[in-house]
Amino acid sequence: MRTDLLADGIDGLDEALAAVDAFDQVLTGGLLRPQPAQAAGLTGLAAAVAGTPLAARVAEAAEKAAAGTAGDDHFVALAAARTALLGSVHDALTARAEEATGRPGGEWTAPEPGGQQPVNVLAAARSWLSDLARCGWRGIDHDVVSGAAQVVSAMLPDPALRRQAALLDGFAAELAASCPGAALERVPARRWADLWSRAMLLTLPGAAAAPPAGEATGRLLPLGVDLQEHATAVQAQVHAVFEPADGATALLVRASVSAPKPDTVVGAGLWQLLRPHMSLLAAAGEGRSMDLVGMPLTAEGDLLWSDAHARQGEPADAFSTARVALPTATGPATAPLDRHPARIAVPVFLEGYTAQQDGERLTFTLAGQQLAVDTDRIPAAGPLTPEAVAASVACIGLLRWDAGSFGVQPLAVETTVRKRPVAVQAGAWAGGTADKAAAKAEKAATDAAAVLRERAGRLLRK
Amino acid sequence: MSDWERSSTVRVVPPAHPRRLAKVPFVELADGRLQGVVSSGSDIERVYVSSVSAGSFTFACSTNNNRPCGGARGYFCNHIRALIGEAVLQYGAERVTRYLRVDLADHGEPSVLSLHAAMSAARPAQGDRSAAAPVFSRFLRHLAYLELAPTTAPLPEMQWFPPTRAVA
Repeated sequence: MRTDLLADGIDGLDEALAAVDAFDQVLTGGLLRPQPAQAAGLTGLAAAVAGTPLAARVAEAAEKAAAGTAGDDHFVALAAARTALLGSVHDALTARAEEATGRPGGEWTAPEPGGQQPVNVLAAARSWLSDLARCGWRGIDHDVVSGAAQVVSAMLPDPALRRQAALLDGFAAELAASCPGAALERVPARRWADLWSRAMLLTLPGAAAAPPAGEATGRLLPLGVDLQEHATAVQAQVHAVFEPADGATALLVRASVSAPKPDTVVGAGLWQLLRPHMSLLAAAGEGRSMDLVGMPLTAEGDLLWSDAHARQGEPADAFSTARVALPTATGPATAPLDRHPARIAVPVFLEGYTAQQDGERLTFTLAGQQLAVDTDRIPAAGPLTPEAVAASVACIGLLRWDAGSFGVQPLAVETTVRKRPVAVQAGAWAGGTADKAAAKAEKAATDAAAVLRERAGRLLRK
Repeated sequence: MSDWERSSTVRVVPPAHPRRLAKVPFVELADGRLQGVVSSGSDIERVYVSSVSAGSFTFACSTNNNRPCGGARGYFCNHIRALIGEAVLQYGAERVTRYLRVDLADHGEPSVLSLHAAMSAARPAQGDRSAAAPVFSRFLRHLAYLELAPTTAPLPEMQWFPPTRAVA
């Protein structure tokens, strides 16, 4: 990989991000009684998209917002402008990552629109988000934040609204833990504006639809498991190389499984929750391939997993896959609305680096270039540790970008034990394990879940 | 702006620390209160709904059928004591102290003991039983998460919620 390209500047990036930052400050202060500095931030956002089809609507929205009279539709327009700007940042960063990995990305083809979503609850979500924008992060209190609870409760049972529900639930919990906003030492301005903008756009009917664009038949070779969680949701994504049976070019794909959860289900309990719903987790943990027949695949390279379309394949070591199959695979395209730097997660294989530990920070130096390693993202319920990463000689990871620079999230490493290479996977315990240390955590998680289910059985249906 | 302010994926709320749930199946810092549900030691059908308000430390404890707790007469009962203990396990003593706005000046480092002592020393008032119903319904809502079906359709927004090895 050409790590030197990752450190090079990108034309226009700073200007785009400056407009985003200025708008993020607008949301920090809130739009109830806008100040001159906020008006400037709004005009700046409108100016940044002046050459796009959004121009007129955003200019109008910026004017109304600066006057303190913006309605829901105006806030949607502002969220769209910010999303478009970060979409352009995403495209530039993705192009750079493709150059660095030497792996071309896929072409986007728009799928047929999917089913209808209930409009009322989406409008309620939009209205809550508009209230947030008026308060500003500095003005949030329990009254405003608790407005999300009803919306989330209405959305959660509907699988078609799971994206919106998981986002609003995690966002609202974070805001609730940060109340009152006036007392906050510092505000995660980029993050909350990201979550606000996405939530806003996902209230538009059809925005979250990701229907299948085709079917996958062939061999699936797992690279590693990426885990994501907030207090009341968890998702595991298996990154893999898919080799079509018809001999077409291999593709980089993902398979996801997610579930809402009580906040006390953590650690090994997360795997226990997801495990029964995707046999691929066990295959990835144990180093086996899977054979797929007619598995639905979206235009974004997401397999819509169903165990009925998959069966166990031959053993397939992730590091062999990374060395042999990964370099020739094509990357997936990203849906237009999903283009955002936080969405970038490009599977990469690294070796021949020097690992350097400086306090909490770990960096890999490759061909004289430094790459930050995000060891904090390694799930706690697994055998991979920051120490193992620091002692590694080869690494499968996800190339990501955040707060101005590229970095790598380790999914698996090779270390040397008594002169023999040993592979350690972050998701090795996803499908279950015989490891002694893991067994204790599994038992504790089973007990916690059993207590909750017993309580639910006794109290919930009365 | 600092890198923290310009990060999309900074962790604002650390995940809950694992704890045993048998005695206190539910505890949360929400609605301006430390609130939760404590299982009765004698009757498997009964739970106590307990809460302590931030700032004033006004407390309440009653059963889910709205009968008053015999122990909460003018001072914190054992259920509230258990609730504070489990909240400290789940969220860490610092976060509980901050949320309840407890001044620990004369009571030492944040801990279950110092929190209990400082709040008791403020001679908090006993609230009415009206707090119990909303807390119990939040507990039921919490339990209902177990009954929601997992999905294999991707949730791209979860990219904003990476795990962290740091715990409360």
